[in-house]
Amino acid sequence: MNDQEIIDLINTTLADEFELNIDDMVPGAVLKDDLGLDSLDRVDMVIVLEKAFNFKIREEEAIREIYTLSDIHNFVINKKRELK
Amino acid sequence: MQTRRVVITGMGAISPFGRGVDILIESLFAMKSGVTKIPGLADFGGLRTHVAAVVPDMDPKEIPRKYRRSMSKMSIYATLASQEAVSQGNVTEAQLSGGRLGISIGSTVGSPIAIQEFFEDFLTYRSLERMRATTFFQIMNHSCATNVAQALGTKGRILAPSSACSTGCQAIGYGFEMIASGKQDMMLCGGADEFHPLSPATFDIMSAASVRYNDTPHLTPRPFDRDRDGVVCSEGSGVLLLEGLDSAQKRGAPIFGEIIGFATSSDTSNIADPDSESIESCIRLALEDAGVKVDEIDYVNAHATGTTQGDIVESTAIGKVFGNSVPVSSLKGHLGHTMAACGALETIASIAMIERGSLIPTLNLENVDPLCGNIRHVRQIEKADIKTVLKNNFALGGVNTCIVIRGYAHE
Repeated sequence: MNDQEIIDLINTTLADEFELNIDDMVPGAVLKDDLGLDSLDRVDMVIVLEKAFNFKIREEEAIREIYTLSDIHNFVINKKRELK
Repeated sequence: MQTRRVVITGMGAISPFGRGVDILIESLFAMKSGVTKIPGLADFGGLRTHVAAVVPDMDPKEIPRKYRRSMSKMSIYATLASQEAVSQGNVTEAQLSGGRLGISIGSTVGSPIAIQEFFEDFLTYRSLERMRATTFFQIMNHSCATNVAQALGTKGRILAPSSACSTGCQAIGYGFEMIASGKQDMMLCGGADEFHPLSPATFDIMSAASVRYNDTPHLTPRPFDRDRDGVVCSEGSGVLLLEGLDSAQKRGAPIFGEIIGFATSSDTSNIADPDSESIESCIRLALEDAGVKVDEIDYVNAHATGTTQGDIVESTAIGKVFGNSVPVSSLKGHLGHTMAACGALETIASIAMIERGSLIPTLNLENVDPLCGNIRHVRQIEKADIKTVLKNNFALGGVNTCIVIRGYAHE
């Protein structure tokens, strides 16, 4: 899976889970202010990403530093590289 | 005796007949049954009842995801019913959020569907890692009340009575008292429940569920009938917007009826078996609270679920209070037992009967059980000039509830 495929899978996974418009899912979108995802959604976001990518990220410190969609893209891309 | 008059200014319903008060009332007067055979129930070992009345599929996406994510089916039903009541009552956004409108909506339990999903995962994997953050909000006992409040943006009081089959009636009664005492001006009152096999299982375990009509579901339940064999579980939500008369008049709200009395009591003779003297006492307390005499009641909307014992006990109590002249019927034959929703759905139907001057008979009552024969049963649609109605609901655990409803004469 290349980086673009990872980004596409993240976007479709989150769009499905949180009923987001795929057109709004630009890299700079702020999770809370632009996509309307609050603290409860962030918990569920971890669960759906773990399922989509078959990894465990719940205890990762870096999760707490995620604010934008591109932060998620970069986090998952790096995580997948770590696991290779 | 209450000092502030409390009227009904909006109604909403989700029932086995579909969405809305109109389809509920039309179906009841058309003598339709919402009971069907439910695929899959026969797969559960030991579950002998295979029938229920369930709400037709509806798309809940009109409720924004932000609010819907914490809702199970029962909260969705309660929210849609509340929205209908608020719309009918012409309640503004400012009135919703002004702190003078509260919620009194309960359910029998927290969402059994969410509880099942949680424990399936928890017990299979011994792990919480897949537990959604929103699951708790579906399982908590006040799920319906708080989800309605969140979705509608109401900032008044929250009450979530939970007394099984008496829940809806109790929610109306406590909301009525809260308005009468001046603590709130408006209350959305009622109940909701979602169907799960555990509901009929609860009754079947006690041999109180209907088991002989699995291939002819429309013939059960059969309140007061000689051949009745128990409860048929159902689901839905009924919500009434109660309001102080002064508040309703001030804002020019439509007025559909009035709640004039309420009583609830604990029957400690037995946790499961109802007692006619205890029910009779509750009926008399409600009449006293309403300040009406026995001969002022024009119709009794019975709880009568179709159980062998419950129908006898209730008819005995009604007979002792009213003799055999006041017409009595139960709507469980049409709707099944909508559990926490039944008090409100049946109150809405009672208001419709007053408005139309017409009584809905008990569906499936073909041969009156002699032991239930001491009262005057409504056997066919009857024209009647009814003004004041007694509405009964009783619950396992020994919870009696009665409300007295009156048509509103526009003054």
